[in-house]
Amino acid sequence: MTHVGYLLVGWGTTFAVGLVYTATLLRRGRRLTARVPADRRRWMTAEDT
Amino acid sequence: MQEINHTGSRTTRLLGAAVIVGLVALVLLGWFVAPEDDDQQDAVRMIFVHVPSAIWTYIAFVTTAIGSVMWLVRRSVWWDTVAAAAAEIGVLFCGLTLFTGSVWGRPTWNTYWDWGDVRLVTTLILFLMMIGYLSVRSLGGPESATATRAAIVGVMAAAILPIVNRSVEWWENNTLHQKSSLTDGNLEDMTLFTLVVGLIVWGLFFWWAILHRFRIAWLEREIRSSDLDRALVERRAEGEPGASPLEERV
Repeated sequence: MTHVGYLLVGWGTTFAVGLVYTATLLRRGRRLTARVPADRRRWMTAEDT
Repeated sequence: MQEINHTGSRTTRLLGAAVIVGLVALVLLGWFVAPEDDDQQDAVRMIFVHVPSAIWTYIAFVTTAIGSVMWLVRRSVWWDTVAAAAAEIGVLFCGLTLFTGSVWGRPTWNTYWDWGDVRLVTTLILFLMMIGYLSVRSLGGPESATATRAAIVGVMAAAILPIVNRSVEWWENNTLHQKSSLTDGNLEDMTLFTLVVGLIVWGLFFWWAILHRFRIAWLEREIRSSDLDRALVERRAEGEPGASPLEERV
């Protein structure tokens, strides 16, 4: 296989950035959800857990 | 009711699972099944992350533009929130498009960047405009005014999307960038299939991310609203007889 270094940098950065963004979204969501009363989280119901 | 401390739902969990499965399939297809290109050899495999990032950048920024127009016309908070959520994900995808394109450019064009290339420069301008959009949103101030300013930037950014997209056709002598990989019909069947898998996986991730990001933005709105309510109650309490030190002295 040719150009493996370029491919690893391109694919690796894409996956790493996606992973970090995913983790950031989940962490922000958890932190903010804890601060809002359940009745004001309009999309969240016990059936949808 | 069961206590829920996250922004997930059944839909996002299904989307998340599909993204993981799709990424595994994409790596297998992209690295081991899709054939190498006659000209670019294995560097062509960058197409499977670069093109989906670029196409979902367009979709994200068009979503931002639609949300911005809906805010400007109807003052729809829901659409304004969608616009902001899509903009953040679009900036992420656009950054990845620029980066993977640059890394791909080195082995194929012998350069990471060319300031004379219309596609590259217009994409960079789009990226910077949408960073401007996010900056305007983070400036603070009255929510309505912030949303209006951001919406204007969002619509302006969308106006250059056709230029970015068509630049390789309109200025074909001023770009190293190839024409549309999807429409030029030069891709091998398995390369095209893997590219479509990449587009689907990126799309699933886009929907997963926009659902979470929308909910985060909504929660932030609720918290700001609660803080404002609390401040108003405290202010009223201060105004009641006996509450103020000044009135106590009187």
